[in-house]
Amino acid sequence: MGNDLVLRVVSKWLSPIIILFAFYVQFHGDYSPGGGFQAGVIFSSAILLYALTFGIDAAVKLIPEKALRLCASFGVLLYAGVGVLSMLKGGNFLNYSVLVEDPLLGQHIGIIVIELGVGITVASVMILLFFTFSRRVSPE
Amino acid sequence: MIEYILGHFNYWLIITVMMVGLYTLISRANLMKKLAGLAMFQTAVILFYVSLGKVTGGTVPIVDDQFTIYSNPLPQVLMLTAIVVGVATTALGFALVIRIKEAYDTVEEYEIQKMDSDS
Amino acid sequence: MTEQITILLVIIPLLCAPITAIFKSHKIAWAITFFVSLCCLLISSYILLQVIDGSQVIYELGGWQPPWGIEYKIDSLNAFVALIVSVMAVVSTVFAYASVQREIDDDLYGLFYAAFQLCLLGLLGIALTGDIFNLFVFLEISSLSSYALISMGSNRKALTAAFSYLILGTIGATFFLIGVGFLYAASGSLNIFDIASRFETYEKMQLVTTSFIFIILGIGLKAAIFPLHSWLPNAYGYAPSVISIFLAATATKVSIYVLIRVLFDVYPMEYWSKLLIPQVLLTLGCVAVIYGSVRAWQQNEIRRLLAFSSVAQIGYIIIGLALLSHSGITSAIMHMFNHAVIKATLFMAAGMILYRARSTTLSDLGGFAVNMPWTFAALFIAGLSLIGVPGTAGFVSKWYLLEGAVAQQKWFVVISIALGSVFAVAYLWKIVDAMYFSAQRKIHITKVKSGDISLAVAPKSMSVALWTGAIACIYFGLFTKLPTDAAKSVATALLGS
Repeated sequence: MGNDLVLRVVSKWLSPIIILFAFYVQFHGDYSPGGGFQAGVIFSSAILLYALTFGIDAAVKLIPEKALRLCASFGVLLYAGVGVLSMLKGGNFLNYSVLVEDPLLGQHIGIIVIELGVGITVASVMILLFFTFSRRVSPE
Repeated sequence: MIEYILGHFNYWLIITVMMVGLYTLISRANLMKKLAGLAMFQTAVILFYVSLGKVTGGTVPIVDDQFTIYSNPLPQVLMLTAIVVGVATTALGFALVIRIKEAYDTVEEYEIQKMDSDS
Repeated sequence: MTEQITILLVIIPLLCAPITAIFKSHKIAWAITFFVSLCCLLISSYILLQVIDGSQVIYELGGWQPPWGIEYKIDSLNAFVALIVSVMAVVSTVFAYASVQREIDDDLYGLFYAAFQLCLLGLLGIALTGDIFNLFVFLEISSLSSYALISMGSNRKALTAAFSYLILGTIGATFFLIGVGFLYAASGSLNIFDIASRFETYEKMQLVTTSFIFIILGIGLKAAIFPLHSWLPNAYGYAPSVISIFLAATATKVSIYVLIRVLFDVYPMEYWSKLLIPQVLLTLGCVAVIYGSVRAWQQNEIRRLLAFSSVAQIGYIIIGLALLSHSGITSAIMHMFNHAVIKATLFMAAGMILYRARSTTLSDLGGFAVNMPWTFAALFIAGLSLIGVPGTAGFVSKWYLLEGAVAQQKWFVVISIALGSVFAVAYLWKIVDAMYFSAQRKIHITKVKSGDISLAVAPKSMSVALWTGAIACIYFGLFTKLPTDAAKSVATALLGS
């Protein structure tokens, strides 16, 4: 499909918008509907669109699978790390209030970092799933 | 009676989706179709939870001065987790189907059973 | 301080699993897993010592007050189940060192051990949590990772086994979820203790019965209670041997623990006694004992034989629960522990036979006991314990069970237990007969690398794990204080007298 002009132009225009929207959903998640899972899926859909138009190999060149694996692990570690940090600060696991002096600010920081971890993991796992499946089904 | 049926229309729809899913799951021999049925079955449960949390006249559960009635956010939060579980289950199911296809060269349950009992 | 240590039981596998997934080297991945399971063992034994006198450890996740936040409320039952899970994790990790290198592809080591840790995490989480939705999430974490682990078995039948387990397991989990939804609609709470404390206020609602039936069916599927057991024999029969050991010893036990929690804590006993649940469970338990034993006797492959025997053993546990008496529940709890030890030992022996002979089909193993006398001896000890010969672990729990059944004059239960034991002798004799008394046969083995001495010697790590299990089978038959005390304390807590 990589030769179709319309598809190439449209996906070139759409991908950044989708990614921007993903970041909006990600970082606005503590005030409005949204959050890490949704943002991760939206972000991965941009990569999926890219892969569908320009082919899997181009997409793998864009984000190597090894980096995706690392990211998937890193996101979980970020999530658990915040929880452990709040334990080290004297609170219970995942108690964001103790992260900084002001409990309300702590809640904000905590949820943003946690959702970032979730977002990174979901995005990389989704892309990884797509890569592995499409490789496996049609070996080229 | 009519009022009862119409008043619970969301539950009737959910039951229909659930039963269609379950029926597909049981009756089809194609493993992919089984997974599709399973996904429908899970989706019905998600719809069920979300409609549990709906409060008549309530808005989205975001605190704002203009509104006093909110829908119950908890079922929605729970379903976010259930959706993730559903996605993971479906992905794992597809992965298994692909490997079954590679190992048996078919995704029809009867053929697989036949091959298994022969060997 | 104790509270903070409790949560580490879930956090350590959660932190280590993603790290393990990155490594490809077998040694590193194994070392991390061993570290994790050892930590879990230490922590869970510490917790059990804290709560065995009947006290509770309470942990509020995120500092949110229950019933809004997720609460972990750990009593002796929680701690006991967590201990079973982590002991089995340590034993199977020790066993894994040699067996995984043989059975799993080289580039999958990291992912295999990561999935193993996630499974451990899920099972421990189920054992600890006091929030019914959180329980569902942990149930799915453990189930999803076990589907993946089962599918890594070397036979291609492992794939179909994992697939049907996935379908049935997901149906079970979804039923459980529907039940939780109805219960939430009726009670407005997800905290087990909060739901239970206000039960009278909504007992009359029809939703409650619906929720009860859905939840019981869902857990019944996960626990492989008799008519819902069809996924189990294939799943345990074709999984990699480490996974057979770990899951056979823990997964169904943990599901039965959930059943106990639901029956005795969420819904009051008077409520479900009216729904004929004890009678139904008792009947199903008896049928499971006979059916499972007969089917095990018909098998020609050791691991499938053991898997069917698991169906029967789950029957014993269900009978113990359904008797609703002190000795019945004591026997059920003890049998959860004893059966975990016995079945793990038997599956380890099967794993070693698979390692040496590359087959576990009985007709291939004629006279093979001569080649591996020690493994065979351990298998024999564990077998005796499974039958319930005095002086072994299995005898103690069966004795309590018989005592309970006789006290209530339920003679058909006594008869089915006796029949089950007779068939247990029969199916274990099949193994003994094939391996010890049959004429030695040449085993056809293909694809052995030159310099591979695995045909002649079993790895030390495997023998250590196996004999730990075999000695435990005897030890807990002679010195019954620890499991009996824990089980009695649990029974008292559940029955409230």
